[in-house]
Amino acid sequence: MAEQTQNYAPGAHPDLPPPRSEVGVIGWLYKNLFSTPLNTVLTLASLYIVYLLVPPVINWAILDADWIGDTREACSREGACWVFIKVWFKQLMYGRYPVEELWRINLAYIIGVAGIAALLIPSVPYKSYIGAFMLFIFPIVAYFLFVGDSFGLMWVETPLWGGLFLTLVIAITGIVASLPIGIVLALGRRSQMPVVKALCIAFIELWRGVPLITVLFMASVMFPLFMPEGMTFDKLLRALIGVMLFSAAYMAEVIRGGLQAIPKGQYEAAEALGLSFWKMMGLIILPQALKLVIPGIVNTFIGLFKDTTLVLIIGLFDFLGMSQLASTNPNWLGFSVEGYAFCAFVFWCFCFGMSRYSMHLEKELHTGH
Amino acid sequence: MWNDPHYRALFFQILVLGAVILAGVFLVNNTISNLERQGIASGFSFLDKTAGFSIGESLIEYSEEDTYGRTFMVGLLNTMLVAFIGCILATILGFIVGIARLSRNWMVSRIATVYIETLRNIPLLLQIFFWYFAVLRALPSPRESATFGESFFLNNRGLSYPRPLYEDGFSLVVWAFIAAIAAIVIIARWARKRQDATGQQFHTFYVGLGLIIGLPLLAAIVTGFPLSWEYPVLKGFNFQGGKVMSPEFVSLVLALSTYTASFIAEIVRAGIMAVSHGQTEAAFSLGLQRGPTLRLVIIPQALRVIIPPLTSQYLNLTKNSSLAAAIAYPDLVLVFAGTALMQTGQAVEILSMTMAIYLLLSLLISAFMNWYNKKMALVER
Repeated sequence: MAEQTQNYAPGAHPDLPPPRSEVGVIGWLYKNLFSTPLNTVLTLASLYIVYLLVPPVINWAILDADWIGDTREACSREGACWVFIKVWFKQLMYGRYPVEELWRINLAYIIGVAGIAALLIPSVPYKSYIGAFMLFIFPIVAYFLFVGDSFGLMWVETPLWGGLFLTLVIAITGIVASLPIGIVLALGRRSQMPVVKALCIAFIELWRGVPLITVLFMASVMFPLFMPEGMTFDKLLRALIGVMLFSAAYMAEVIRGGLQAIPKGQYEAAEALGLSFWKMMGLIILPQALKLVIPGIVNTFIGLFKDTTLVLIIGLFDFLGMSQLASTNPNWLGFSVEGYAFCAFVFWCFCFGMSRYSMHLEKELHTGH
Repeated sequence: MWNDPHYRALFFQILVLGAVILAGVFLVNNTISNLERQGIASGFSFLDKTAGFSIGESLIEYSEEDTYGRTFMVGLLNTMLVAFIGCILATILGFIVGIARLSRNWMVSRIATVYIETLRNIPLLLQIFFWYFAVLRALPSPRESATFGESFFLNNRGLSYPRPLYEDGFSLVVWAFIAAIAAIVIIARWARKRQDATGQQFHTFYVGLGLIIGLPLLAAIVTGFPLSWEYPVLKGFNFQGGKVMSPEFVSLVLALSTYTASFIAEIVRAGIMAVSHGQTEAAFSLGLQRGPTLRLVIIPQALRVIIPPLTSQYLNLTKNSSLAAAIAYPDLVLVFAGTALMQTGQAVEILSMTMAIYLLLSLLISAFMNWYNKKMALVER
């Protein structure tokens, strides 16, 4: 071999390709899956788990599933029967809302989605006007659309509301209403005034320390007792108030985190300019603090969105409640798994999308140092 | 005077306090008149009255003749049992998944990611329903139960497992176990002192392992193995003997711990990633092996980041255990805020008691975790 050895002048050696075991598919496989005996065992074990779980699920949900038909007889019972979802789709989405009035919900959806999309897409102009519209005018429009009883619209009682529609109503009302209350509570908790501070701390810690179910129970059995004689209000409204108080406490803690992150110099500079407390908060501190905690607010919203399912315990038929109801229908017994799978899929899409968005925001807003 | 912040603050506080008191008086008055009108008794005397309903599972003796106070205790203990077991399982599973997510093995970290992203984006109540109605309720009947080693039987009535029967002399084994723990504590103290003084290390772990297995074993041999098992046996349509974990309990614990584990896994991952790689390199260059590096350098620093969010996960799990009401596991909310409330109608007292006890549980857990956090916190100069 000695005669094949070639001597190069320093610096003149041609670049050799890296060894096969370092690059390409083989290199990747070696590095990530089979680098040590332990790793090899782990890889094989994970592959086995995937083999155990994935093919049966795909078979059940897609290959062996029944997609066509409108009756129970269409289900061959080998795999999932999506006919069940198809038949109950309207109830799952809108509850028992009258079919000829569904355009009202859809119209509100369209306005809502368009508004939110306009807020999210960076290149759309007039963001502040759109934001103000979405925050102040849209809820009123949506209220009249959903409830009706004026402008020639038919009155739709809230017990008829249900499905994904109800879930969205509760979650969005909860989060939008909890923002201003949360801001006030957070400011109160950082206040210099001992009475205000103590009251805010007590309020926040009380709601954060108890489960949402007890809050909802309270809303459904205790609120009627609190009200003067003869004054009753809707079950949905009571649940909404409970959810609002509950999420306001969580929101207050998120916003407090943002307030604490603002350096003291900002407060002092605002005071040195002679701004009053509310001007200082409204113009200097809150815009910065709220921007900091947008990811936290989105996370609170995800939590609230998942927690809205609890309203089925006090007898409101939200998305999960509706699928539970559908699967206990005597004609459609035995399809609860399909109901759960569909529900889980929809919730997953919403929550996963929002959590990705919050992560994206976190990256975008990370303008620091 | 209006421009003096001191007086202004005083004025505002009086205003706020006055408003709160007024609102309180308004609500209390309404409540009292409403209660009178509906003929509902008030006060806590109902706690001594006979409840008259039975409860499926209970940690303490309970029968229909017992009082509402006893019902409250039964529910509270069931809640605490679920929360305690759930926290332990969630921590173990969460640490495993969190570490798996950081694994250099692509398959393992991918599976951990899928686990986390799936479970934490689906509502917990849906997961509880899934485990209860779709998995445990759909299991075969006792006659066709799944069997593990002829002693564990899984069927739609729950999980039957052997019950330990303690005979005379078993207390000696327990005492030996306690003695072993005491001995380990003393040895560990002595070993640390010696290491501080001389630098010599002592194999506390192996000696401790030997003690904790050896002493009770020795005691058991001396007393002639005073422990036997009562196995569940299929008789007729159900299992007799042994003990049964109800499907409600199993599905609740499973759902709570797998759901919370997905959050704990993210916390663990963030905690470990917060320890800079320089620490590992420094430990290696000091000549520490992989094990001691993890144990002495990485984990103590990661724990400081992990503990505060872990506390809030424990709190969440405890509060979420109230979802038991949805599948009729007899926890505090179901038996007390549910059945007892329906029977007595004393919503104000019962709900205040329930909320107060959850508040107390939350405060206790945070107090414990704060103590632990302080113990682990960085001692700064």
